[in-house]
Amino acid sequence: MGKFADTFLNWEVMAQYAPKVLEGFFVTIQLAIAVVVTGIACGLLLAVARTFRLRVLNFFIVAAVDVMRALPPLVLIMILYFALPTVGIKFSGFVATWLALSAILAAFSEEIFWAGILAVPRGQWEAARSTGLGFMQTMTHVVLPQAVRLTIPPLTNRTIAITKGTALGATVAVGEILYQAQTGYSFSYNPSPLTLGAIAYLILFIPVVWFGRWVETRFAWKR
Amino acid sequence: METLINAFFNTSILRETAPYLWSGFLMTLLLTIVVVPLGLAGGLALALLSTVKFRALRLALIFYTDFFRAFPPLVLLMFIAFGLPFTGLDLPAFASVALAFLLNTSSYYGEIFRAGIESVPRGQLEAARSTGLGAAQTLAYVVVPQATRNVIPDLISNTLEVVKLTSIASVVALPELLYAARQAQSITYNATPIIAAGIIYLVCLWPLVRLLSRFEHRQIALH
Repeated sequence: MGKFADTFLNWEVMAQYAPKVLEGFFVTIQLAIAVVVTGIACGLLLAVARTFRLRVLNFFIVAAVDVMRALPPLVLIMILYFALPTVGIKFSGFVATWLALSAILAAFSEEIFWAGILAVPRGQWEAARSTGLGFMQTMTHVVLPQAVRLTIPPLTNRTIAITKGTALGATVAVGEILYQAQTGYSFSYNPSPLTLGAIAYLILFIPVVWFGRWVETRFAWKR
Repeated sequence: METLINAFFNTSILRETAPYLWSGFLMTLLLTIVVVPLGLAGGLALALLSTVKFRALRLALIFYTDFFRAFPPLVLLMFIAFGLPFTGLDLPAFASVALAFLLNTSSYYGEIFRAGIESVPRGQLEAARSTGLGAAQTLAYVVVPQATRNVIPDLISNTLEVVKLTSIASVVALPELLYAARQAQSITYNATPIIAAGIIYLVCLWPLVRLLSRFEHRQIALH
C-alpha cells in the first residue's frame, strides 16, 4: 500500500504540480463554456433557419450536420490544427478545439432543436398566425418555448458528452487539465499528476452528470 | 484551387500512403469489433445487476456509472496506459484501449439497457413468472428482448459514438486509422492522408447517422 500511495498519491509531486493542474482547470472551464455557448447558439440558429424551408439552404444544413455527426471529434481537431496550416490557415490549439467541438455541438443541437420544432403541433402555428403574430413572433413566442422544453433532456446529455471532449485539446497543446497533468507526469515520471488531473475532472464533471440526471427526471417525457 | 488540391487531395501522396491508411482502417475495424460487444456485454451486465433488490449494490452501480460518465474517456485511457505500468501491470496498447473502452462504454450502455428494462411493463414480468418461468428465464426470454427492442435507437447512437471514439487510441500509439494518417502526414509533409482518413470515417459512418436522424425525429414526435 505504501508503494501504491508513493506512486499514485505522491504528495510531494502533487504539491509541485497542483498549481499547474489548477491553471488547467480554469482553461478547461473557459473552453467548455465557450463550446457550450457557441455550439448551442449556432445549433438553434441553424434549426430556425431550416424552418424557412429554402431548399438549397436546407440541403447545406443537413449535409454539414451529417458530416459533423459522422466525424470523430479528434479527427476534426487534427484537421483544423495540422491540415489547415498547410494552406496557410493557422489556429492555436485552443481555437482549433473550440471550433471543432462547437461545430459538433452545433450539429447535434440543430438536429435536436429541429426535431423539437417539428414536434410542436401544426395547430399551434396556425392559431398563433391567425391571432396576427408574424412568422418570427410565432417562432419566438409560441413554437420555440414549447420546442425547447422537449429538447432539454437529450440536449443536456449531448452537451455534457461533448464538453468532456475538451480533454482532446491536450493532443494539440491546449493547456487544459489533461495537458497539464500529462506534462507533469512526463517531467516527474510519476503518475501522481495524472491522479490530480483525474480528481480535477471528477470535481468538474460529477456535478454536471448529476445535473443531467436531475434534468432527465425533471423534464421526463411522458410516453 | 491548385494549391488546395495539392495540399488536401494529392493523388500521388494518396497512392503512396494508401497501404498505411488501409492497415490503420483494419485496426480501427478490429478495435470496433472488440470494444463494441465488450461494452454491450458490460452494459447489459450492469443493467441486470441493477434490477437486483439490494440497496448497497444499486448505490454502488450508480456510483460506478456516474464515475465513468464524468471521466473523459481520453483521461481514462491515459491513466490506464501511463499509470497502470507503475503497478507492474504493463498492458499492451490494444489491451489498454480495450480496458478503457470497457469501463467507459459499459456505463453508457448500462444506462441505456437500464432505461430499456424499466420500460418493460411489470405485468410482463408477472405474467411470465405466473406461467412458471424462473427469474433468470423471465429476464432472458421476456424482459431483455423487449427492453433491447425499446432502446435500439439509443444503442445505435451510442455505438456510433463508440466507433468515433476509437480514434483516441491514436494517443497511445495504437496504429488505427487516425494514427496511421498522422504518421503518413508527418512522413510526406502533406495533409492528404488526414483528409483521406476523415473521408473514410465519413463514408463508413454516414449511413448510421442518416438512420439515427430518422429514429430521433420519430422519438421526439412521439414524446
